Amino acid sequence: MGLRNYIDKIKPNFEAGGKFAKYHSTFEAFETFLYTPDTVTVNGAHIRDANDMKHSLISVVFALIPCFLFGTWNIGYQHFLSLGADATFWQTIGYGLLRIIPLYLVSYVVGLVIEFTFAEIRKEPVNEGYFVTGFLIPLIMPVDVPLWMLALAVAFAVIIGKEVFGGSGMNVVNPALLARAFLFFSYPSKMTGDNVWIADKADAYSGATPLGTIFNGGSVNDLPSLSDMFIGTISGSIGETSKIAVLIGGIFLIISGIASLRIIVATFIGAISMSLLISDIPFYYHLLMGGFMFGTFFMATDPVTAAQTNIGKWIYGFLIGAIAILIRVANPGYPEGMMLAILLLNVFAPLIDWCVVACNIRKRKKRWAAAERSDK
Amino acid sequence: MSKTINLITAPLSKANPVTVLILGICSALAVTAKLKPAIVMALSVTVVTALSNLIISLLRKGIPSKIRIIVQLIVVATLVILVDQFLKAFMYDVSKQLSVFVGLIITNCIVMGRLEAFAMGHKPLESLLDGIGNGLGYGSILVIVAFFRELFGSGTLLGYQVIPQGLYDFGYINNGLMILPPMALIIIGIIIWLQKPEEDSK
Repeated sequence: MGLRNYIDKIKPNFEAGGKFAKYHSTFEAFETFLYTPDTVTVNGAHIRDANDMKHSLISVVFALIPCFLFGTWNIGYQHFLSLGADATFWQTIGYGLLRIIPLYLVSYVVGLVIEFTFAEIRKEPVNEGYFVTGFLIPLIMPVDVPLWMLALAVAFAVIIGKEVFGGSGMNVVNPALLARAFLFFSYPSKMTGDNVWIADKADAYSGATPLGTIFNGGSVNDLPSLSDMFIGTISGSIGETSKIAVLIGGIFLIISGIASLRIIVATFIGAISMSLLISDIPFYYHLLMGGFMFGTFFMATDPVTAAQTNIGKWIYGFLIGAIAILIRVANPGYPEGMMLAILLLNVFAPLIDWCVVACNIRKRKKRWAAAERSDK
Repeated sequence: MSKTINLITAPLSKANPVTVLILGICSALAVTAKLKPAIVMALSVTVVTALSNLIISLLRKGIPSKIRIIVQLIVVATLVILVDQFLKAFMYDVSKQLSVFVGLIITNCIVMGRLEAFAMGHKPLESLLDGIGNGLGYGSILVIVAFFRELFGSGTLLGYQVIPQGLYDFGYINNGLMILPPMALIIIGIIIWLQKPEEDSK
């Protein structure tokens, strides 16, 4: 293993007192990225599990790959469709890659530079959390988002969403969604409306998303067919159009034990019951429109920002689904409610957990008091 | 002498009423979308804190402690009405933009806080300086926040276009979030964040 030897050789330079001691965090980040660290915790009780942090983060990135691939193809497909031009499969993919790679470059370069800088200043190891966030952010953007806006949003999300609270694992709200929310409120003209969803579209072509159509007073008949919405050959944010890709990734996450099935089921129940209650269009349209599925599987289940207790997860998921549909139907300002619903519940998740724990304590106290009485 | 100067300089940094004592936040959110109203608001509050501190300090030995809050309120309310009328007479536009927030200086925690904590127990001159210091401390934060909000939210400063047209042609767009109140809170948060480590090291 030449690489291992090389790392061991240069390692002393980065230890305290070495030539590059300033860059210890950076060095360590790359070392542990390449090789499993050999240091383990020594004190206290531990549950040993192969599912460590790096493993679970890499799993999320794997789960997002179907969405990434389909999104790349769909960028090209929508582009050539709007121009009315024929294109081969590889032309379509090629055009998609041309558009998506700059987004990823900006997302990772800006995000990682900030992460590394903070790690060095705080003399902490660099946290891997940004790998997932950086992969998610371009997938929830419209393809035409200007790169400088993306850079600004990433910086805002990483600094205000994460670093001020102490880095990965300490964040209150999901950083990827915060990046989107930042752009959504800062530059609404670039984030919603019919002009943003298709890369370099022909002028006469309407790029309305299903949600946009309904929002502007369209009926179910104006929407693309259910099968198109399910397969994903529609306009929308890059990663969310294909429900098949989302489901493949989502099921992978559930099986690998990272996403909580409780939250997902609860979100679906919340959304279905709310749309049956107040929406004019059938509930399955709501499940297929916009970022509902993507948000449910990849955003709501984020283990850091979701509720931690089992009952709490049911409440948390149910409210996300219900509020998302409520915003879609009742709010005159925003076509999509999933982002706002998840961010809102992210903030309330600790309160939900606190209430669940407090209820549990009270219940046990009562039971204990009853047992005490019967003993006498 | 240094103690007297300290009365003015301390509220500007390590005893800042907004970023350290977290007082007067709501008006800091409301009037800082543009620089001009923020400056006027800062001066108004400075005048009110300075004069109310002075007057209460002069009266402090004669005020029965049971009704002191009422006396303080009457003094503050009188001063605020004077300021309000002054603005209406000479700066009608700004007065309209500030709307109720001039009247709400009466309830600004900084004013009442300084009266209770300082003017009731100190000599008139010291109280006057303390009032000016705290007014300016509040005002400095208002101006900093408004500077960034107007620059990035509207591309202007004091109403003059600062960001060149060429940048807009290049694709630059004003940041809509800066105009919304949450951004004022975030900017104040960042100021507190930057200010904090300095203090810890002292």
